[in-house]
Amino acid sequence: MSIPVVDIQQMSKVYSPDTPAEVVALRSVDVRIERGEFLAIMGPSGSGKSTLMNLIGCLDTPSSGRYLCDGVDVATLDAAERARLRLTRIGFVFQGFHLLARMNALENVMLPLAYAGVSRAERKLRAARALADVGLAERAVHRPNELSGGQQQRVAIARALINRPPILLADEPTGALDTKTGAEILALFKRLQMAGHTIILITHDAHVAEKADRVIYIQDGSIVESLAA
Amino acid sequence: MNTQTDTATGPWPAAAPPQRMGFGDVLAMALFALRGNLMRSVLTALGVIIGIAAVIVMVSVGQGTQAELDKTISNLGSNRIEIFGGSGGRGGVRGGAGSVSTLTDADVAAIRNEIPELQYVAGQIRGGAQVVNAEQNWNTQWVGIQPDYFATNGWEVERGAVFGERDYTGGAKVLLIGTTVADKLFGGDDPVGANMRVGRVPFTVVGVLKSKGQSGWGGDMDDVILLPLETARRRLSGSMNMAPGTVQSISVGTARAADLPSAERQLNELLRQRHKIQPGAEDDFTVRNLTEIVAARTQTTRLMSLLLGAVATISLIVGGIGIMNIMLVSVTERIKEIGLRMAVGAGPREIRLQFLAEAMLISLGGGAIGIALGVGATFLTARFIALPVELNLQVIGMATAFAVATGLFFGYYPARKASRLDPIEALRT
Repeated sequence: MSIPVVDIQQMSKVYSPDTPAEVVALRSVDVRIERGEFLAIMGPSGSGKSTLMNLIGCLDTPSSGRYLCDGVDVATLDAAERARLRLTRIGFVFQGFHLLARMNALENVMLPLAYAGVSRAERKLRAARALADVGLAERAVHRPNELSGGQQQRVAIARALINRPPILLADEPTGALDTKTGAEILALFKRLQMAGHTIILITHDAHVAEKADRVIYIQDGSIVESLAA
Repeated sequence: MNTQTDTATGPWPAAAPPQRMGFGDVLAMALFALRGNLMRSVLTALGVIIGIAAVIVMVSVGQGTQAELDKTISNLGSNRIEIFGGSGGRGGVRGGAGSVSTLTDADVAAIRNEIPELQYVAGQIRGGAQVVNAEQNWNTQWVGIQPDYFATNGWEVERGAVFGERDYTGGAKVLLIGTTVADKLFGGDDPVGANMRVGRVPFTVVGVLKSKGQSGWGGDMDDVILLPLETARRRLSGSMNMAPGTVQSISVGTARAADLPSAERQLNELLRQRHKIQPGAEDDFTVRNLTEIVAARTQTTRLMSLLLGAVATISLIVGGIGIMNIMLVSVTERIKEIGLRMAVGAGPREIRLQFLAEAMLISLGGGAIGIALGVGATFLTARFIALPVELNLQVIGMATAFAVATGLFFGYYPARKASRLDPIEALRT
């Protein structure tokens, strides 16, 4: 079969190694995520799940072990190359949305395309379609402060998808939303999975995690359980 | 909503491999960021605006003064040495330079024959006279000249003609008049060919001299009439008690400025020898090298330009520090935005470019406004302070280059700082 989009082998992450402040955030973790999976990573705060997310998202490099992101060994890359990798392979969705306040919804969605060197006309076209896909076609010219939390998160999802990355990485995407809106966002993720996207959801909420096909539990930097739903 | 997403958000792979961000996008992003804080951007640019305006005004005034000086120099006659007779002292009473004529026609001839570096040699006598044309009269200075006088003293004829060979030898009653005299006596009429009197002697005006304007010392150089030396001796010097065959002063000129020192030395030797002055005794003539006066003034102008340049440089540095300060504040303020941009795929290069472009836009925009203000202030200076100015494209090009350099130099450090942020830290703040 095809190569896994995330292939983590014996990966560890140590902060401030060989100092009194040394923190082992991840201990020899193995994770394989196949294309089209909907996976949840669960764990209490301080368990290392944020570290795992940063590593999967190519924002950080492992201290030891190997991480092949869509077949690319991340450890060998410098900051610029990791940025290129994020641009093409990873779509981020954050708990706090992280939309730029001065740009309207369409411009926020267009942002990653600028870094991919796509022409402005093409950017507009693709961003408008992406907004329509998340059900926000008529909200394109609204600024984030004119949108509800759920709508803002939809804009963020459209932005994450705009470069058509193989991995959609969502960090507590429903954490700032009420239950009903959160459920709508989760339904959207489900629908995106149906369309072929790989979704990795980081959460500490079991109700959120149960929407996923598979759940990885992490504690004290180690994977303690990996369950298929 | 259907379950099948559109191509725009379809699954990987992407339709086309990504390219690098275009220059226009960098610029658009920077403009967008600056517009978001317009007041601050303008205030930040103020330092550059003032600096560039100062550069333009100062360089324009400096160049204008230099150009005026060059004109004065060429009007005085360049590469020129002036020899005055007198000062010799007879019976213990010493007159001023030229008051006693110790220089003779023979001296003029000897200088011409024995000092090959001197291309031009001309003796003169001069005096004052009342000049009259019909109802108009005017008191002016006359100079009796020899042919080389035009070359040594930088005179040209604007209308009419210079004296002919026979005018010099035959004592012809012909005149060349300066524009001031032409104006006083003839008003708007053409003086060429007209008759006028100098004292009681009737003369014919053969030409009008090209205007030289003010002398280096503020006198009106155009308030003069020229006539052949022989004519002046016969017709005008009667009351001056001059010995026959003497001249009051001799103007000499070299072809090249480099020959002046050697020519001056030879002149002194030759004249001391001819006038039989014992070693150690005082000269009975005075040699004055105009180049020295000119050099002193050039030095002053250069010093002034240097000082003005220093002031302009300091204001540009202050402006640049202002840009750097605000850009550093901006990086801290927008740390979350930087983190997000990095997360969605901006590399260090893209972040650096964006912040550098912002600094460049501030300094270039400030430069443009500064150029406009500077050009305006230059015209006002010329008009109301009556300083000579010279404004050219070179100055404006230089100002633009200064603005670009300021933006690059002071914008680079904040931009680098932004590009080196850790996206994880930046997103967390």
